[in-house]
Amino acid sequence: MNINATLLAQTIMFALFVWFCMKFVWTPIVGALDARKKQIADGLAEAERAKHDLELAAKRSAEILREAKEKAGDIVANSEKRASEIVEEAKTQAKVEGGRIVAGAKAEIDQEVFRAKEHLRTQVSAIALEGASKILGREIDAKAHSDLLDKLVTEI
Amino acid sequence: MSSEAQTSAEYIHHHLQNLTFGHLSNGTWGVAHSAEEAKEMGFWALNLDTFIMSFLLGAIFLIIFRRVAVNIVSGTPSGLQNFCEWAIEFVDSSVRGSFTSKNNMVAPMALTIFFWVLAMNLMDLIPIDYVPHLMGALGVPFFKVVPSTDPNATFGMAIGVFLLVLYYSVKMKGFGGFVGELTLQPFGKWGLPVNLLLEGVNLIAKPISLALRLFGNMYAGEMIFILIALMGGAWAGFSAGNATLYGSQIILSLGWAIFHILIVTLQAFIFMTLTIVYMDMAHQEHH
Repeated sequence: MNINATLLAQTIMFALFVWFCMKFVWTPIVGALDARKKQIADGLAEAERAKHDLELAAKRSAEILREAKEKAGDIVANSEKRASEIVEEAKTQAKVEGGRIVAGAKAEIDQEVFRAKEHLRTQVSAIALEGASKILGREIDAKAHSDLLDKLVTEI
Repeated sequence: MSSEAQTSAEYIHHHLQNLTFGHLSNGTWGVAHSAEEAKEMGFWALNLDTFIMSFLLGAIFLIIFRRVAVNIVSGTPSGLQNFCEWAIEFVDSSVRGSFTSKNNMVAPMALTIFFWVLAMNLMDLIPIDYVPHLMGALGVPFFKVVPSTDPNATFGMAIGVFLLVLYYSVKMKGFGGFVGELTLQPFGKWGLPVNLLLEGVNLIAKPISLALRLFGNMYAGEMIFILIALMGGAWAGFSAGNATLYGSQIILSLGWAIFHILIVTLQAFIFMTLTIVYMDMAHQEHH
């Protein structure tokens, strides 16, 4: 338990240990701790920013959704209008077409009637001529009486 | 007890004797084989056990921390790195709490002190006869395994701290400021001798209290272990009394060891904290 040169040795050893600890232990470890601290702070800031972005995105998506709904509604309304228009158009067209067909048929019928009348008239005139010749008992000279016949035909 | 021929006093002396290397009275260099020989060596002798043990323990501490520092990742820490980071943050918060100036050396010094002193103190928990017996078998006459029971070790550290206190006092306040602090307060310039006496005692008390507190606690703890060990050492044939003593030794040394864990840690912490406080005082301007 004597005080001796160990005292000096221990002091020097202490100084060396402190120096080593400061230089090769404390600095790198504290550096890493600081780096982690920064990393965590950055991460938190990043998360905050991401949260903010997410909020914005949600707002924007709601906006877009609303717009899309509006647009879809417009489109549906337009298409409905257009459909009823088309139906309406088709109806009028059909009516016109029907009218046209009816008119055509009517004209054809008139023509047919007229033709039949004409036919009938020539036949009647022939019959009348035949009858008249029979009544008169002789041949009527068709040539001599053609103007008389024509008059008759027109009268009939 | 190391041998049957020893008396209790011899046993205690043996346990308290350092392995001293120095200039022997016969003119050669060598290891002292008795307390008288060690005493005759005078100042220029080295306590090999203190020196080797404290160097080994300090080196182990630094190697462990250095390995962590080399492989450190700033990502998720694991195992040993976790422990070292906890230790560093613990010391760093202690330093931040007591040390108000800026000095990059104080925190690493506090860390070194805490773990070095803790490791040295923990050697006290090794059963006290193991190492001396082992060393005796190897032909080494003495071996004190707890460096902090050697005042050379504690004073060595305290002097290191004291030199730093002086250095930073002068650096921060200037030589004049430091001398002024020693001489011009608390009683003004007409009370100069009294001031010098008071402040001088105040200054010198720092390293002495630092060293003696640690030494005293560890030495006393060691002493109690030795005394407890003497109980079983009194064994002289089987009898009720001897068996009781033997059992008491086991129970008492267990109890004292458990209690000593507290002292060991506390003394390391106190040494560290006081060092921080003294360094802080060295940096402070007194008004």
